Amino acid sequence: MLRYFLKRLLWMIPIILAVAIVVFTLMTYCPGDPAEIILGSEATEEALEAKREELGLNDPYFVRLARFLSDTFIHFNLGVAWRTGIPIADSIVERLPRTMMLSGITLILSFAIGVPLGVIAAVHQNRWQDSLCMVLALVGVSMPNFWLALLLVILFAVKLKWLPALGIGGIQYYILPAISASATHIASAARQSRSSMLDVIRSDYITTARAKGVPENKVIIKHALKNALIPIITMMGTQFGKMLGGAMIIETIFSIPGMGTLIITAVNNRDYPVVQTGTIFLAIVFSFSMLLVDMLYAAVDPRIKAQYQNKGKKKVAVKKGAN
Amino acid sequence: MDNTAENKEFLSVKNLKVEYFSGKTVVHAVNGVDLKMYKGKTLGLVGETGAGKTTIAKSILRILPDVGARIVEGEIKLDGKDLLSLKEHDMRKIRGNEISMIFQDPMTALNPVQRVGEQISEAVKLHSDLSKEQCEERAKEMLKMVGITEDRYYEYPHQFSGGMKQRIVIAIALACNPQVLLADEPTTALDVTIQAQVLELVGELQKKFNTAMLLITHDLGVVATVCDEVAIIYAGRIVEYGTKEQIFHHPSHPYTLGLFGAIPDMADDDIWLHPIEGLPPDPTKEIVGCAFAPRCKYATEACLKGEIPALTTEDGHISHCINMKSVLSKEGK
Amino acid sequence: MKKHKGQSEFSRFVYQLSKNKMAMIGLVILLIEVLIAIFATQIAPYGYQEIDPTALRQVPSAKHWFGTDEIGRDIFSRVVVGTRYSLSMGIIATAISSVIGIVIGAVAGFAGGWTDNIIMRALDVIQSLPGMLLTIVMSAVLGSGYFNTILALSVGAIPGQARMLRANMLKQRKAEYIEAAYSINCSPARIIFTHLVPNSISANIVGMTMGVAHTIIQAASLSFIGLGVQPPTPDWGAMLSGARAFIRKSPHMVIFPGLAIAVTVLAVNMLGDGIRDALDPKLKK
Repeated sequence: MLRYFLKRLLWMIPIILAVAIVVFTLMTYCPGDPAEIILGSEATEEALEAKREELGLNDPYFVRLARFLSDTFIHFNLGVAWRTGIPIADSIVERLPRTMMLSGITLILSFAIGVPLGVIAAVHQNRWQDSLCMVLALVGVSMPNFWLALLLVILFAVKLKWLPALGIGGIQYYILPAISASATHIASAARQSRSSMLDVIRSDYITTARAKGVPENKVIIKHALKNALIPIITMMGTQFGKMLGGAMIIETIFSIPGMGTLIITAVNNRDYPVVQTGTIFLAIVFSFSMLLVDMLYAAVDPRIKAQYQNKGKKKVAVKKGAN
Repeated sequence: MDNTAENKEFLSVKNLKVEYFSGKTVVHAVNGVDLKMYKGKTLGLVGETGAGKTTIAKSILRILPDVGARIVEGEIKLDGKDLLSLKEHDMRKIRGNEISMIFQDPMTALNPVQRVGEQISEAVKLHSDLSKEQCEERAKEMLKMVGITEDRYYEYPHQFSGGMKQRIVIAIALACNPQVLLADEPTTALDVTIQAQVLELVGELQKKFNTAMLLITHDLGVVATVCDEVAIIYAGRIVEYGTKEQIFHHPSHPYTLGLFGAIPDMADDDIWLHPIEGLPPDPTKEIVGCAFAPRCKYATEACLKGEIPALTTEDGHISHCINMKSVLSKEGK
Repeated sequence: MKKHKGQSEFSRFVYQLSKNKMAMIGLVILLIEVLIAIFATQIAPYGYQEIDPTALRQVPSAKHWFGTDEIGRDIFSRVVVGTRYSLSMGIIATAISSVIGIVIGAVAGFAGGWTDNIIMRALDVIQSLPGMLLTIVMSAVLGSGYFNTILALSVGAIPGQARMLRANMLKQRKAEYIEAAYSINCSPARIIFTHLVPNSISANIVGMTMGVAHTIIQAASLSFIGLGVQPPTPDWGAMLSGARAFIRKSPHMVIFPGLAIAVTVLAVNMLGDGIRDALDPKLKK
């Protein structure tokens, strides 16, 4: 198990390198001349040429790639933003925790609210509790988070003046962003939980549990939910990317200086080093979370754990059934 | 039949009717079934797939699905207690404790994410005041009893073979020494050699605890080995009911005769089996008269009209066939 | 139920779907939107670029049903014309990503071993970027505009579809009917595409409809943050982006384009749920 975990950690190194290469390459082919972006359109051709030379843009692609990779991963020199001159490392250290926090809150809320709602709906299938939960969830998943954010701002910040409309500060600054970032995910967690619960509730082993005399609430929580969690975790895993992405958009609405505002501003300003490095850092964060999801699988499903424990023998195990 | 105290039925089912429904379609799964089970005896419930056998067992335990199934009428009594009118809370104390069930498919009957030992000890824990350790001890005992070493307590279902899983299912069912055991095709999903082992195991345990058992099967061979009494069920109705000897030596309902005709007979030179022509009736339709009549070569006009009365001989052999006499004479018995 | 045995699988599906009220409401809304998109210029009372300098940021009235924006354009006309963008972008991008994703997932799920490993690592590389971020980066590279944005949107959705199919196939692969198929000498391609994929795909189809909905939202998000489809194109997201600056004084500018997105996505989801239930009779019972 630990070996599998370490193996996966090691695997992350080439993956992150691959991400870096892909992102670097993409950025190389982005439209616009970096020298002109930095110096402005009035700069003379000599000045531009000097800047290009300074940035090493005249070197061949592979030389620049190698330099970028060694700067980033060996010397931990992340460079400075073209537009602002601020060291990118500083921006990331300052901003990454905010984005993580916002998406973390989203994850917790969608699990803590969405899963119980889905379970309630499944247990009361076709009754009013079910209909109510599912209508709410349907509206929830259909609501663009940034529109919800704008509506919440109009209501709670502009009209009622209960909460601040933008910026950062105390907990009250995070309430509207958290709600608008989470709504969709709570709703989709509820929908997924309902459908996996319905699948599981019909299983034979649930009948076995009932036949043993297990009380209904225990049947649901101990026997059904634990099995239903497997697809729910899958979904949450893939959703976490959407949560990070959603957090980026929400940040721009509430002017939260996080990775979202950093990268989106940089994209609009064509400040490619910032986009590049910011993207790679989010990729690292995200890879770790996906690894955690996979570990969580193993914790919930012993069959997957067994598979992890003898990876490599996997194929043999599958074919063995044939004899 | 002997006239001891055991002669009083321990569990009785009277006029049980169960329906499944989905939208406007209603499936009449069980249509007025009567069964009696005695301590230490095995009643075989024999019929084709879809005849309503499992539904009867689930009705006795009241574990039919909440949505889409209902017991329309009937009475189920366990030692004088009316099970259908019990509160859910009280019914729960009976499930797995006084009555338990062995399921058909061991591959899906066990919770894949729970250790097998815990699945057994959970049953013990639910129906006793034993401590966690004692429950675990008991579960290990049960594992040993069904022939699994106790060190496998901590393993998960996916680590066991089908036969082993069925042993675990049996261990769960017997963990609380139930007085009634409902065995729903316990051997169908297993190899023949394993089948014999499992049947032997169940039989031994039944004798040991003097359990009343309902053995659901479509395998007449199994019935011949294990059962004391036999009920033949067709389209949710009992068509013939009697002791094993009565059913095997003097089958009197055309459907039962048909079932025996569909078994190869080594002593006979016939190269062909005699399948029962036709298919069971559509369970979504109400049936008037005898459900088997459309497939019965002895059927007369009268068979399609009105209620078919139960004909009982002096020694308690019941047959739901109004033409029994002529059938028997034509069959040369 | 064996009732529909004589009919094809597809007609059974259509029958099931047509009985689902929610799905039909969703379908009707979408059909209306398609009609609006086709006849947008006839329906819109004003040109979507027509500026009325005397009527800036007016609240809804009989003359301007949804009010006017900051340079005096009729919001109703713009929302009507905007119908052309959202839905089509969502559907086309999802179609592209689903086809690619399903093929990749099928190959990975069936082959297992090294092939699976390589594909999964490649997907990991793409998926190491949160979908929205990937879309933002792709959109920065490809540039703005309708088709470039569709491409940018579809890249992000491929791994999700591939993973989903693979996960279900891993489950299905152990099923006995697959062994049965092997035993009658089915070719791997046949096993993949006639047994494993159809039996594993229902989650993907549900994923696809949810994908259309999600893509519509993503497209709108993209133009909302200033990428993707650009003003003055009356894309709903772009309209919201412009309206944001006036949220304190003219909240009506925020309401209608957003409502249009929400209604479209809701309709897609309603239809999608219906498709899911019709495909999966197990869930209907």
